[in-house]
Amino acid sequence: MSSNTYDYLDGNAAAGELSTLFAMDITAAEGQCAHCGAKRRFAEAHLYMRGPGVVARCAVCENVLFRLVNVRERVFLDVRGMTYLSIDTSHVRTSSDSALA
Amino acid sequence: MWRVGTVVALHDETATARTITLEVRDWPGHVAGQHVDVRLTAPDGYSAVRSYSIASPPNSEGLVKITVERLPNGEVSPYLTQEVIVGDRLELRGPIGGWFVWRSQQTEPVQLVAGGSGIVPLMAMIRSRSSVGSKAPFRLLYSVREPGAVYYRDELEALSAQDCSLVVTYAYTRAAPKNWPRAPGRIDAAMIAGTAWPANLASTCYICGPTPFVESVAELLTASGNDRDNIRTERFGPTGDRK
Repeated sequence: MSSNTYDYLDGNAAAGELSTLFAMDITAAEGQCAHCGAKRRFAEAHLYMRGPGVVARCAVCENVLFRLVNVRERVFLDVRGMTYLSIDTSHVRTSSDSALA
Repeated sequence: MWRVGTVVALHDETATARTITLEVRDWPGHVAGQHVDVRLTAPDGYSAVRSYSIASPPNSEGLVKITVERLPNGEVSPYLTQEVIVGDRLELRGPIGGWFVWRSQQTEPVQLVAGGSGIVPLMAMIRSRSSVGSKAPFRLLYSVREPGAVYYRDELEALSAQDCSLVVTYAYTRAAPKNWPRAPGRIDAAMIAGTAWPANLASTCYICGPTPFVESVAELLTASGNDRDNIRTERFGPTGDRK
C-alpha cells in the first residue's frame, strides 16, 4: 500500500471555498461522473488539497470531477468531469434547523 | 462572508485538545454536523484557513463551540490550543455543509462512529438530540488511542446514564483501562457485529475520522449489510497551506 493511498479528504472539505461561489451548499448535491456514470453526493468525492488548487475525484473510478484554482483575484472552475450536478433546494435554509422542528 | 467570533470561554478536553467557545453576533444558526472555516491572518498579511467541526448543538444564542486537537507540527492548531485567550477575535466562515448533518426531525436509529477527534461533529449530533428531547435511538462507537484522549467523557457518561436509547462504546486502540473486556485494537468486524445496530434496522451511519479510519469503518459497515446509501462520512487530515 503506497503512502499516498489515503492522501485525500472529501467533498465536505471544499465546501467553505465553494460557498464563496455558490448561493447554496452543494455537499448534498448529487453529481454524475462523466467517466464511469456513478451518481454520488458531492460530499463523497475524494478531495486532494495539497496542490496549488483543489481537485475532486470520483470515489468510484478516480476520474477528475472538478478542479478549482484561485489565481489572484480570479477563480478557475473546471467541471468537465461531471455530467451534471443536481441540487436539492428543500433545505436551503440550512441555518435554522430548530425553527423547522 | 467572513464573520468575527469573540472568544468567550476556553476549556481543555484533554492534554492536547481545547474547546473554544465563540460568540458570533450575526451567526445564522447551524445544524449538527456542520463545520466552520477559521482564518488566521498574520501582521504581514499571510493567512491560513482550517476547517473545524462545530461541537455545540443548534442554539439561538449565537454561540459556536469548536474543539481543536493540537497537531505537533501544525501551523494553526498550536495557536488555537495554546495562545488564544478570552476576548480574542477570530474570523469564521460558515456554517458549512448540508450532507454530514443530523436534523432533529430524523427519527430513525443512528449509528455514530468516531475516530479520535472525529467525535466533534458527532457530539454536536448527540447534544442536538438531547437538547430537543429527541427519542431517536443513538449508538456511538468511539475509537480512541487511550483513556486520556477521550473528549467529553463526563458529558457522554451523564447523557447515556439518563437515557437508555443513547449507548456509548469505547474502542481503545493502544491502551485500555484496567480490566477492560477487550484488548486494545482497531475496530473490527466482531466489534461492529457486537456493538453497532443490526443492518436490518437501516440505521443512518455517520463516520468521522482520519481518512484510513473512515475507509476501514465504512467497509466494515457495508460488509455487515448496511446499505451504502445510509452511510455518511467525513474525513479529515492535515491539509496544505491555503490562503
